[in-house]
Amino acid sequence: MIWLGIETANTPLSIAVVRDGKMVAEMMQNIKLTHSAGAMPAIEEVLTRVGLKPSDLDAIAVSEGPGSYTGVRIGVTLAKTLAWTLQKPLVGISSLKVLAANAALYNGFICPIFDARRGNVYTAIYQGMALEAIVEDYHTHIDDLLERLKAFEAPILFVGTDVDIFWEKIGAVLGDVAVRAPFSYDLPHATEVIRLATEVALPSVEATHHFVPQYKRIAEAEANWLKEQKEQAYE
Amino acid sequence: MGEVIMKNTMILAIESSCDETAAAIIRNGHEIVSNVVASQIESHKRFGGVVPEIASRHHVEQITMVIEEALAQADVKPADLAAVAVTEGPGLVGALLIGINAAKAFAFAHNLPIVGVHHIAGHIYANALVQPMVFPLLALVVSGGHTELVYMKEHGSFEVIGETRDDAAGEAYDKVARVLNLPYPGGPRIDQLAHEGEEAVTFPRVWLEEDSYDFSFSGLKSAVINYKHNMDQRGGEISPTAVAKGFQESVVEVLTAKTLRAARAYQVKQVIAAGGVAANKGLRASLEAVFAKEGIAFFVPPLKLCTDNAAMIGAAATPMYEAGVRGNLMMNGRPGMELKSWV
Repeated sequence: MIWLGIETANTPLSIAVVRDGKMVAEMMQNIKLTHSAGAMPAIEEVLTRVGLKPSDLDAIAVSEGPGSYTGVRIGVTLAKTLAWTLQKPLVGISSLKVLAANAALYNGFICPIFDARRGNVYTAIYQGMALEAIVEDYHTHIDDLLERLKAFEAPILFVGTDVDIFWEKIGAVLGDVAVRAPFSYDLPHATEVIRLATEVALPSVEATHHFVPQYKRIAEAEANWLKEQKEQAYE
Repeated sequence: MGEVIMKNTMILAIESSCDETAAAIIRNGHEIVSNVVASQIESHKRFGGVVPEIASRHHVEQITMVIEEALAQADVKPADLAAVAVTEGPGLVGALLIGINAAKAFAFAHNLPIVGVHHIAGHIYANALVQPMVFPLLALVVSGGHTELVYMKEHGSFEVIGETRDDAAGEAYDKVARVLNLPYPGGPRIDQLAHEGEEAVTFPRVWLEEDSYDFSFSGLKSAVINYKHNMDQRGGEISPTAVAKGFQESVVEVLTAKTLRAARAYQVKQVIAAGGVAANKGLRASLEAVFAKEGIAFFVPPLKLCTDNAAMIGAAATPMYEAGVRGNLMMNGRPGMELKSWV
């Protein structure tokens, strides 16, 4: 069983190939380059290095969001098109869970964070080897997240390069229970996307057409429009 | 007798530069084998215009279904294809990226070459799907995002001799439609209203410098807004048909006159109109009348080839493919891409 894993949900880019439960190759970079130009060549390079043709793939796993809207869409579009046209199953895994997986051995709560600008974050709380979601992936303000985490009263490990943006505030609110993960834990690995994908039932190839990113946030224009509709209904 | 060469160049074309997710199969550059368009217009209507983020979201939802439908309707397998063509720019960057990345993944999966096409070249080449293009040629490209006069001395040679300095013609149509409280997209409604009215409000024609082929529509748009404003202040009622008719007359007169002057100056054998606004009945009738009198062949593609579609991208890509023009897997969306010759 040969898997291709694609992770482009945020600035890092990671592509991996796993064969029969063993990682064969993984590419990882954390440079501000556009995934639109770089992701497809990276997939080609990784497959070429391990001597595989696209048709050799048995399944595809992709980091499905949340994260940068554009980043998530590029990974999903590549994965979706490859899976559909090669007629292979496609599995999507939460981008936050992929990042939390780096710290699955941590004995406590794991809090992955992606910056969502204007003080907002995409986040969740996972726990244990099985990465049980204590708090499901969501979009919130950092202040609201920290207010919620106060009640945990147990060590919480923060992972992700974007944690740095909020670290001062996290420390101020949570004090010693907040633990900063080492920097090498901060990048999401395509190998983890695949590992987590192997733990779920394979969807049918027909399901690929309906695969969509998990933005965890409706588009701003749509939010405003819904608000207007509600106000009009109220009037 | 010369040997008859049977060509069979089949190209899968993909277009996602704005609010239509489209795919088509084009044979030998002029035969539409399939042409699938998934329009998002219903979704954007509630916002009164295209919202880029919403457009990108819809493209991801639709893209593989649209490509599959194009292949299925054409009864074509990836192995039958010579290349994959895709709109590289200009357009909404987030929207372009979906078509481009789908095209790259598809091309990679089946080891096919990829050709990046300029959206305006596509609009011009929509005409090749109706009748052969005869050079030298002049194209008037008018849409929501573009107003350009393009001179072509041969296939793949583009010289933009005039363009709008502010609003595109279609943009002015949409803005005036909003002033008149017409539902989005307003352009076709104004065209319709203009034909219903007898009276026309007189609005200015903007000619710019005497020798210029450039256009300007923002002044005309402001004139319409001021007219409405003045009438409102005086407590008067405006006649939407008279405003629509007057506005359309101004746009059509300027577009027609400049196109005619350019056609004479460049001594072209064919004039073609392209883009969404080329579907406008008033503009069509005016250009047809003028060029019939002038004795220059004039063509407009049918409506479904005027609005955004992938068939036109396949038509433009075929001579590029045959000339050896190739993109690669690093292709990126180019929102401000310039129309450059590829010969």
